Amino acid sequence: MSTATTQAAAIQKLTPELKAFIAEWKNKPGNLIMVLHRVQQGFGYIPREVAFEVADLLDVPLAKIYGVITFYNFFKLKKPGRNQIQVCMGTACYLKGGEDIIQEMEGILGVGLNTVTPDGEFSTEAVRCVGCCGLAPVMVVNGEVYGKVKTADLQGIIAKIRKA
Amino acid sequence: MGYKQYILVCGGTACESNQGIALFSALKKAVEENGLVNDVQVVRTGCLGFCEKGPIVKILPQDTFYVEVKPEDAAVIVKEHIIKGRVVSRLLYDKNQSKINVGIEGIDFYQKQFRIVLRNCGVIDPDKIDEYIARDGYKALEKVLFEMKPQDVIDEVSKSGLRGRGGAGFPTGKKWSFAAMQPAGQKYMVCNADEGDPGAYMDRSTLEGDPHSVLEAMTIAGYAIGANMGYVYIRAEYPLAIQRLETAIGQAREYGLLGKNILGSDFSFDIELRLGAGAFVCGEETALLASIEGKRGMPTPRPPFPAVKGLWGRPTVINNVETLANIPVILLKGGLWFSKIGTATSKGTKVFALTGKINNSGLIEVPMGTTLREIIFDIGGGIRNGKAFKSAQTGGPSGGMIPPQFLDVPIDYESLAKIGSIMGSGGLIVMDEDDCIPDIAKFYLDFTVDESCGKCAPCRIGGRKLLNYLDKICKGAGSYEDIENMKEISEAMARASLCGLGQTASNPVQSSLRYFMDEYKEHIDDKKCRAGKCKSLLRYTINPEKCVGCTACARVCPVTCISGERKKPHVIDELRCIKCGQCFEVCKFNAVNRA
Repeated sequence: MSTATTQAAAIQKLTPELKAFIAEWKNKPGNLIMVLHRVQQGFGYIPREVAFEVADLLDVPLAKIYGVITFYNFFKLKKPGRNQIQVCMGTACYLKGGEDIIQEMEGILGVGLNTVTPDGEFSTEAVRCVGCCGLAPVMVVNGEVYGKVKTADLQGIIAKIRKA
Repeated sequence: MGYKQYILVCGGTACESNQGIALFSALKKAVEENGLVNDVQVVRTGCLGFCEKGPIVKILPQDTFYVEVKPEDAAVIVKEHIIKGRVVSRLLYDKNQSKINVGIEGIDFYQKQFRIVLRNCGVIDPDKIDEYIARDGYKALEKVLFEMKPQDVIDEVSKSGLRGRGGAGFPTGKKWSFAAMQPAGQKYMVCNADEGDPGAYMDRSTLEGDPHSVLEAMTIAGYAIGANMGYVYIRAEYPLAIQRLETAIGQAREYGLLGKNILGSDFSFDIELRLGAGAFVCGEETALLASIEGKRGMPTPRPPFPAVKGLWGRPTVINNVETLANIPVILLKGGLWFSKIGTATSKGTKVFALTGKINNSGLIEVPMGTTLREIIFDIGGGIRNGKAFKSAQTGGPSGGMIPPQFLDVPIDYESLAKIGSIMGSGGLIVMDEDDCIPDIAKFYLDFTVDESCGKCAPCRIGGRKLLNYLDKICKGAGSYEDIENMKEISEAMARASLCGLGQTASNPVQSSLRYFMDEYKEHIDDKKCRAGKCKSLLRYTINPEKCVGCTACARVCPVTCISGERKKPHVIDELRCIKCGQCFEVCKFNAVNRA
């Protein structure tokens, strides 16, 4: 029984705001990507049930929606951690040790890239260039940019976020 | 009411993320606390370019340029500089300077730069249309709408010699004339702001610092080709640029500079944003259009070119952000003026994001024809930590590696192509002796393989094969046969791929094989990586004469493969060593050898 309740609680539904957004865009050509952006903004990823709803509302085949989601790196199919860490792997950051930052981060969190920590708090992804190359190596935590990061700083940054 | 002094705070992403927002608030607060709100205005501007030394604060009219300013410095700047008129020397680039009116003249970074595209970046508040207008903004649009016919506009742009700044360098005037020649009807003007080249942020800074210049240019282009709708296709990864564009579009509509009957003329034009979603291939025109249409961003064969059959099958012009930012200036000052800047075939200036192993990372704009040496050593201040220059990469994953012997080649489209690279969109990445060439080639191939859309075989399979060979070489298992195969595949990809991504993906491999063959040889023959980057080729050993047995290395080793008694030399079990290098880093006695 308990599994049934957790499953029911986990089902994601489009909010009225999102439905209104879709209605507003429904007749604009090329709306799908803009709608998916908005959905991901709301949920942090694109839940399967919601993709079904979007398919209905926009009247596009689900296959097309998944075709688009899986083509673009930006769209996520899995729920990310409550705190999202992005380590830049653009060229400038790569040259200045972006890979070491990722390794250290994996060590600290105990999970690899694109995996959520068991407590649901963190997930780390490698991203292509966030456009702050002057500050390389760069990482972004919950939208905040950390520049000239050293592996030794990471413990402190994570601890600070845990507390917040 | 006029302000007596202005405090400009850089609001580019790099400075903002470096406590720049707190600094801006602190300065505002300090101005308020000292009762100066009517005399001193604090302005948050776009990128000033000198990201390395950010956050940057500039004070007008004295033109004082402060670097690495912290929020806690705000009170001092207001008390000393603004009130007492005394320069805060410790915040100057040259700390020994004591005069107040020392602007950027004293800073090598700004010498040799010439700003057309970035003319307003770091000068105006990008969220205020009035400040753009005060700097001759929308004046070119007014001139175009009331004094010029569409053909005159195209002629002026053609006369300027402006070429596309997105990478390929197609003449802008010619592109516009192709679309203008199509029968009247629905046409589109698209701005490509999907800056996907890793290590480049020119377009981001332009849009964040001066969004109206791009909107004005798009409207002018719309008038020239007969389009009434424009789209800015911008990376979703650039939230600040998106926000500033949205504000700018709203203001332009309010001022009658976008929308129906612009400035009372009979020309109507509107602009909407479309977000990219992280696909490098969408920098390719036809893929970009597919993405705006809401589809997977896959390129289609050309012809038909977008100027004939583009967005939803209608004639469409696609111009890059930097190309567009040139347009208002060209129309105000004339194509002839513009054509006098630069070299015989490449006119105007080029913005570069100068990054990598360089002292002054940042955003720069130089006349075409400037040499790499001037950029790297004069503007960029040379290589970090006194290391030796190894290579510079223009054009990102589509470009080639430029070796030291070409440092004096003037930068323009043709000379870069001649030495196996491309102009690209403006990423300029500097590598030093600590960087391994096959490893970098592998990094770029890893990127293009990941970003290949998979539609055509040369790119999909060829890229993967190249990556596999590079991987093999970096692991010390490569052979000369692999090199020959790589050359052949590279050629096939360049000739047979469907779009620019595949056609140029082998450039890093081809150029590095041409100029840095000795490094490949070392990896193959000697199983050695001189830069120490290829981990599989490294060997860690402990020098028993230097080791004092402090046990620091044994404690830090994650696989406990270092053994030895306290105060006696330790030994690394090379079979179990995972080459993480932590023992090397932690040893205080230089007893760990890496070879």
